[in-house]
Amino acid sequence: MTLGLINANPVVHAKKERVARTEDLHGDDAVDPLEIYDFVRDIRDPEHPYSLEQLSVLSEESITVDEKLGRILITFTPTIQHCSMATVIGLCLRVKLKHYFPPHFKVDIKVSPGSHANEESVNKQLNDKERVAAALENPNLRQLVDECLYSNEL
Amino acid sequence: MAQLSQLTQYIESYVDSSRSSTQQAASVDAIAYLLKNDILTLETLVTEMGMYLTTTDNIIRTRGILLLAELLTRLASKPLDNVTIHSLISFFTDRLADWRALRGALIGCLALMKRKSNMGRVTDNDARAVAQAYLENVQVQSLGQHDRKLCFEILECLLDHYPESVASLGDDLVYGICGAIDGEKDPRCLMLTFHIVEILARLFPDPSGPLASFAGDLFDILGCYFPIHFTHPQGEDVDVKRDDLSRALMLAFSSTTLFEPFAIPLLLEKLSSSLPLAKVDSLKYLSNCLLKYGDDRMTKHVEAIWFSVKDAIFCSEQEPMLSLASELLDHVGFQENEIVTEAIILLQKVILENSGLSLSLIVGDKDINTIVNTVTSFRSYNDIPLQSKHKLCAIGRILYVSAKASITCCNRVFESFFFRLMDTLGLSVRNSSGDCLPNFDYVFSERLNFGALYLCIELLAACRDLVVGSEELTSKSVSAQESWCCMLHSFSSLLMKAFSSVLDASTDKDAYEADIYSGVKGLQILATFPGEFLPISKSIFENVLLTFISIIVEDFNKTLLWKLALKALVQIGSFIDRFHESEKALSYNYIVVEKIVSLMFLDDFGLPFQLRLEAISDIGTTGLNVMLKIVQGLEDAIFANLSEVYVHGNLKSAKIAVQLLECYSNKLLPGIHGAGDFEDVLSRFAVNIWNQIENSMAFSVGAQENELLNATMTAMKLAVGSCSEGSQGKIIKKAYSVLSSCPSFTLMESMPITGTVQLEGLQHTQDLECFSCRDKWVISLFASAIIAVRPQTHIPNIRVVLHLFMTNLLKGHVPAAQALGSMVNKLCPKSNGVEISSTCTLEDALDIIFNTSLWDSHNHGPLKRCSGIGVDNEMGLANLCLSASNCQLLQVCAIEGLAWIGKGLLLRGHEKVKDITMIFLRCLLSSGGIDNLPLNQGSLENNQEQDVLPSVAKSAADAFHVLMSDSEICLNKRFHANIRPLYKQRFFSSVLPILVSSMAESRLSNTRSMLYRALAHIISDTPLIAVLSEAKKIIPILLDSLSILSTYNLDKDILYNLLLVLSGILMDKNGQETVVENAHVIINCLIGLVGYPHMMVVRETAIQCLVAMSRLPHARIYPMRTQVLRSVQKALDDPKRAVRHEAVRCRQAWASIASRSLHF
Repeated sequence: MTLGLINANPVVHAKKERVARTEDLHGDDAVDPLEIYDFVRDIRDPEHPYSLEQLSVLSEESITVDEKLGRILITFTPTIQHCSMATVIGLCLRVKLKHYFPPHFKVDIKVSPGSHANEESVNKQLNDKERVAAALENPNLRQLVDECLYSNEL
Repeated sequence: MAQLSQLTQYIESYVDSSRSSTQQAASVDAIAYLLKNDILTLETLVTEMGMYLTTTDNIIRTRGILLLAELLTRLASKPLDNVTIHSLISFFTDRLADWRALRGALIGCLALMKRKSNMGRVTDNDARAVAQAYLENVQVQSLGQHDRKLCFEILECLLDHYPESVASLGDDLVYGICGAIDGEKDPRCLMLTFHIVEILARLFPDPSGPLASFAGDLFDILGCYFPIHFTHPQGEDVDVKRDDLSRALMLAFSSTTLFEPFAIPLLLEKLSSSLPLAKVDSLKYLSNCLLKYGDDRMTKHVEAIWFSVKDAIFCSEQEPMLSLASELLDHVGFQENEIVTEAIILLQKVILENSGLSLSLIVGDKDINTIVNTVTSFRSYNDIPLQSKHKLCAIGRILYVSAKASITCCNRVFESFFFRLMDTLGLSVRNSSGDCLPNFDYVFSERLNFGALYLCIELLAACRDLVVGSEELTSKSVSAQESWCCMLHSFSSLLMKAFSSVLDASTDKDAYEADIYSGVKGLQILATFPGEFLPISKSIFENVLLTFISIIVEDFNKTLLWKLALKALVQIGSFIDRFHESEKALSYNYIVVEKIVSLMFLDDFGLPFQLRLEAISDIGTTGLNVMLKIVQGLEDAIFANLSEVYVHGNLKSAKIAVQLLECYSNKLLPGIHGAGDFEDVLSRFAVNIWNQIENSMAFSVGAQENELLNATMTAMKLAVGSCSEGSQGKIIKKAYSVLSSCPSFTLMESMPITGTVQLEGLQHTQDLECFSCRDKWVISLFASAIIAVRPQTHIPNIRVVLHLFMTNLLKGHVPAAQALGSMVNKLCPKSNGVEISSTCTLEDALDIIFNTSLWDSHNHGPLKRCSGIGVDNEMGLANLCLSASNCQLLQVCAIEGLAWIGKGLLLRGHEKVKDITMIFLRCLLSSGGIDNLPLNQGSLENNQEQDVLPSVAKSAADAFHVLMSDSEICLNKRFHANIRPLYKQRFFSSVLPILVSSMAESRLSNTRSMLYRALAHIISDTPLIAVLSEAKKIIPILLDSLSILSTYNLDKDILYNLLLVLSGILMDKNGQETVVENAHVIINCLIGLVGYPHMMVVRETAIQCLVAMSRLPHARIYPMRTQVLRSVQKALDDPKRAVRHEAVRCRQAWASIASRSLHF
């Protein structure tokens, strides 16, 4: 399909250490960015055997949650401007969150401003229900997404 | 049974290579049996086998020789005469030349040579012949692994058992061995080859002997194995470890001094490699060689070794250099890593072997001197760059090791460094002739130099350890003329001041942490020089203690400093105790212990009470004498506070007393336990409590009452429990006398056994309220004392005591019930021989308990309400439980009391417990239904109360919990209970069928739910292994109880315990089968619990169980998939994070049983 890698030489960052949350049985256990980050940081990059965390596509700060309104906003940064994999990464995020969070959360997924050449079209594509559903019915895309989500290569 | 006539057949079946290996082994066994029992002689066998041994067919000859060899291996313990052995060994020696049939020959030679001398053994001449033939004919390197191993075993055996005969072979032997072991790679063979070299070296120690000419070659062969790099795959069952190989090689290296010219350069070279493993190994080998090769040969290497060791210590990457926090005071030093540890060991050995040369190297070392000069230019620890911290630490270690080696070394190190450090610290002045003198006028105004302080402490630690460590260097033999002693002597008081000033200046900030550590450590070292050691005078010791104590009293805000000071005091205390320093012990007692104890009595101090208790209990651990004083002091404090409470009802004292008592029972008593001398103290404590109660007639304990009473009871129990029978008897006697002086307890000895227990003025509805405060204390404490006694202890007037407890039991006094339980648990079953009237056997006691009529409904006005009951007016305990149905409170009390009595009986395995169980069961069955009925008219006035009271059925169900659970309060090992092994399992298996059958019969929902409750108690308290064996029966009931319990929110703990049992069954292999059968029901039940609103862990565990269920066979669980996924979806929105996490896991597990993704 592709004739070579889009970003052949990505910068790989160290994984951050996972801090175990302190056991606080009476504390406020509301959904927070770290919880979401813990779910998505290990998604594999479609091109490389590294996690999105390692490639610095995602960070804890790039996730915001509003539990009262039930909204999650994730902004991710593709490794290069013209990355055609941005939509695939977004699709992976969407699929994973759909499975791991109750349906009343509305999930918005965006590329961070200025990080992609076709920022607007990518954002539109990722937040359009119909187009997401259509994409997931495409067996090739579906397989790619599944590989990223359940890969053991990391 | 083997037959002689079948001999040919046996031989034939062994030699025939087409037979299976089991058949062959069987025939060897059969022939060996014939030989062992002298049915067959070796001569006959050999004659019989003649053809097989000599035929020209290679395969048959091989098998034949192998058979003979195998047989000889099995005859190791059968005596053989010399002629036979000679002819056999000659035969095998000949066969060594026959390379096609070599294995048999090897095994045969080995078997014969390994024989013990009393069984007939190969002669020296024959052995030499074997060796010769071996050297001439066997090409070891060309053989397979197994044969090579045999060859090496033969060599090892020859060298071990026949050294003289093989030694005469000289050069040939050494040459042959070199040839054989060259290039060997198999670890098992290598173990042998290394050992062979070791023995060989022992055989030819002569520097001009045969080994000398081959030493270089031999070492070339050995040297290439170093350092052992062994990556044998895990799968192969080679039982040789890398460490074994390395050790064997090390022994081979150091086996002879002839290797020295080759080994040391190699080791030094490898030491400079970057491979950590090589470094560690080289250091180890060097240490070993150093000892074996001796001083003469090693002198020339000392310098090279020193530089390598220095490099190893300096360059090793120590992680955090001063790991002060973890190590605390024992070793202020660095995170040990293996290289440094080994390097230090080597350095120690070098210094011991060759102190003069190595010390002048160390002292004169340029690096060390520059570093000492530069590091000391930084004032505080945090200013020092990381690199220099490493070096500082390394030098600290080096100086410590070199000073500690011996007195002369210590002198040298002190001479070269001590004054310099003093100069840096500013503690010294030079007089006109350049001598260094202590500067007593020094004003400690600014922060002292950390680096110098640190090195100085290392030096002090070294000389302290030098004096303490060596037996012969007791204080007297270390003469004060030694130069280090003089230096230390002149500076000791100044150093003391310096360390204290460091502590004074410190604050609780991070910047001062290192200072605090070094200050405390310095003081502690000064205080732990042994006995009459001259340089450190008594006044310095006392000053150190005073400094620490003032920190304890005043500086409690500086947490770290306070903790360290306390720890230092504890260590000084244990040092004194360990070395029996009588003089220092006096000062310690005077300064530390008394001060600490006095802290207990002062209440205007700023020092928080919790910290005082911590200090007192920690100091108490240092030694027996100290402990004695501390316990005494604590007791005095307790009694002072208690009397405040008794007399004035002082609330504050009550709070303090509770804390003191808790400290006494939780911290001090466990420490005392086992030390014999303390029994007096403990019994005195118990008796004193009684005395105090006896003397204070008017009691006014206020709001803290229950807490204080509980703490006192615990202390009483523990104190009594740790005493011997004699003192326990005394305590009980005292207690009894106090008890009998109470007017409200009638203790008439003449009371008829079957008579009615008097319940004067008993208002059961008011239960314990009717006790006066003092009475409650007396009876509770008496019960605690009874709970804790040993079985043999004499209890006066036991029948009366039983009656007393019985009456109190009905008032709802739980300790009385527990005391009864312990009594029936400990009484002797039958008195043997002459019966003394005052003793009471178990049977008597049970008789009293069950047959005394407790309730005389006609005599007492206030009890008229209950008069509807029974045809006869007198009721025993059992009947009370059952039929006082219109007087529920009484019934509940009776049941609870009976439960404790039942527990006592259950633990000892008495059969009466069955009756008791049946009583509970009848309560369950009869009253479970009644509860919902309108109340009897006779008890109308109890109406409101009964609503809040636990229902009878419920308390009967909970009685099973009392029966089965382990109690901390009574009836355990600490209180000398009589516990039969496996009592829980036994009870479980006997009660389970009864409960199950009655469950099937009962119709009323209320009764059923109570039965489930009882069952839940039993199941969750039984060891899982017993439950598993009944899994088939249990699971349906368990699920039913889970679903019933989940409707009430009050029983969440029972529910959770039950769920844990279920998860235990799910996880265990033995439960799998039943689980698979009941998969649907279990899953349905778990789905119900996923939404359990009252307890988070229940939801979490339920989801975890669902995850476990997803591993069952696919076909079985697939139909449930959508249902599970739907319910877990809800859990994704759980308010608790832990539950959400489990839900995600569970969803994934269940979704993926159909496909990789989460399709529905």
